[in-house]
Amino acid sequence: MEKLIEKYYRPRLPHIWCPGCGNGIVTSSIIKAIDKLGLDQDKTVIVSGIGCSSRASGYLNFDTVHSLHGRALPVATGIKLADPELNVIVITGDGDGTAIGGNHFIHTARRNINLTVILFNNNIYGMTGGQYSPLTPTDSKATTAPYGTLERAFDIAELAKAAGATYVARGTAFHANMLVDVIAKGISHDGFSLIEAVTQCPIYFGRQNKKGDASAMLKTQRDNAVTVEAAKKLSPEQLEGKFKIGVLHQSEAPEYTKQYQGIIDRAQKGAK
Amino acid sequence: MAIKTIGKHCKGCGVCVTFCPKQVLGLDALGKITIVDETKCITCKQCEMRCPDYAIFVEKK
Ligand SMILES: Cc1ncc(C[n+]2csc(CCOP(=O)(O)OP(=O)(O)O)c2C)c(N)n1
Ligand code: SF4
Ligand code: SF4
Ligand code: SF4
Ligand SMILES: [Mg+2]
Repeated sequence: MEKLIEKYYRPRLPHIWCPGCGNGIVTSSIIKAIDKLGLDQDKTVIVSGIGCSSRASGYLNFDTVHSLHGRALPVATGIKLADPELNVIVITGDGDGTAIGGNHFIHTARRNINLTVILFNNNIYGMTGGQYSPLTPTDSKATTAPYGTLERAFDIAELAKAAGATYVARGTAFHANMLVDVIAKGISHDGFSLIEAVTQCPIYFGRQNKKGDASAMLKTQRDNAVTVEAAKKLSPEQLEGKFKIGVLHQSEAPEYTKQYQGIIDRAQKGAK
Repeated sequence: MAIKTIGKHCKGCGVCVTFCPKQVLGLDALGKITIVDETKCITCKQCEMRCPDYAIFVEKK
């Protein structure tokens, strides 16, 4: 990892994340995936929105855009359309990607444009002090829900699949090496890829919900995650309260920038 | 084998201490990472993999 930091991080560590925050772990998994695939650093662009998680782009030595809250996907779509040769990786949070950016999320998935989205799911708005998000589990405490949340959370993996994403996976900060693998597969996939990275915010989600410190929250990830393969052998009762990790969905569909090139070619031939 | 720690980066979260299978690591009086017994290290790199702050690196030699 030390060599990877020299190569892929800007010389501005330590980062600002709180003690025990999972964002540093997830970010290193992204970097290990990029390194594993040997992506050209000058042909790889990282785009993020706004949030603690979205600050990751500022630490990484690539062409990066730390964009607007909820708007990482439109910015990334523009970059990918302008130069489809680029590898475009999007870093977003549960608030950034599924609340204010929820509409962009479903429509970018629907287009099946070749972007790789890593959604850092810490079940809360960390940066602004612990408000609940669409991925906060029912009955959780948040600064905006002192008596507990009423809504059901999205299953963002199911939502992505239903919206048309052609690669959907989930990993956790605890299973950091496996996370590298599912991110690398997502980058290699030719289409819209979503990787949900389950991570811990011990400061706002953890404290308000008495989840313990970072180690305790990582143990919860360890104990509640079931690999897709293992889940096949378990009954619905045994899967109660658990979540699946690994590649959850992969399918084939026309990729948007290739379809767009088809339109350009037709228009240049004068066809209608 | 060599364990390298970067005190300047360590925020004392204790994650490496918790998940080290051989009780090699601890926190000092200031709450920073410290090596208790390097001879027990099996270079599994669990500490390095989960340190959120890139404050511990293990070389297999
Ligand atoms: C247009 C706009 N609205 C609201 C905000 C305030 N804001 C900043 S970050 C954030 C939520 C971030 O949550 P999430 O994406 O889950 O990131 P985390 O901090 O948890 O990693 C909000 C509401 C903003 N910056 N811009
Ligand atoms: S508030 Fe939460 S998500 Fe933000 S840096 Fe702190 S621990 Fe991480
Ligand atoms: S490499 Fe493994 S045994 Fe050695 S200090 Fe790290 S966690 Fe402990
Ligand atoms: S995991 Fe990293 S930041 Fe946390 S105590 Fe260990 S060395 Fe320090
Ligand atoms: Mg969040």
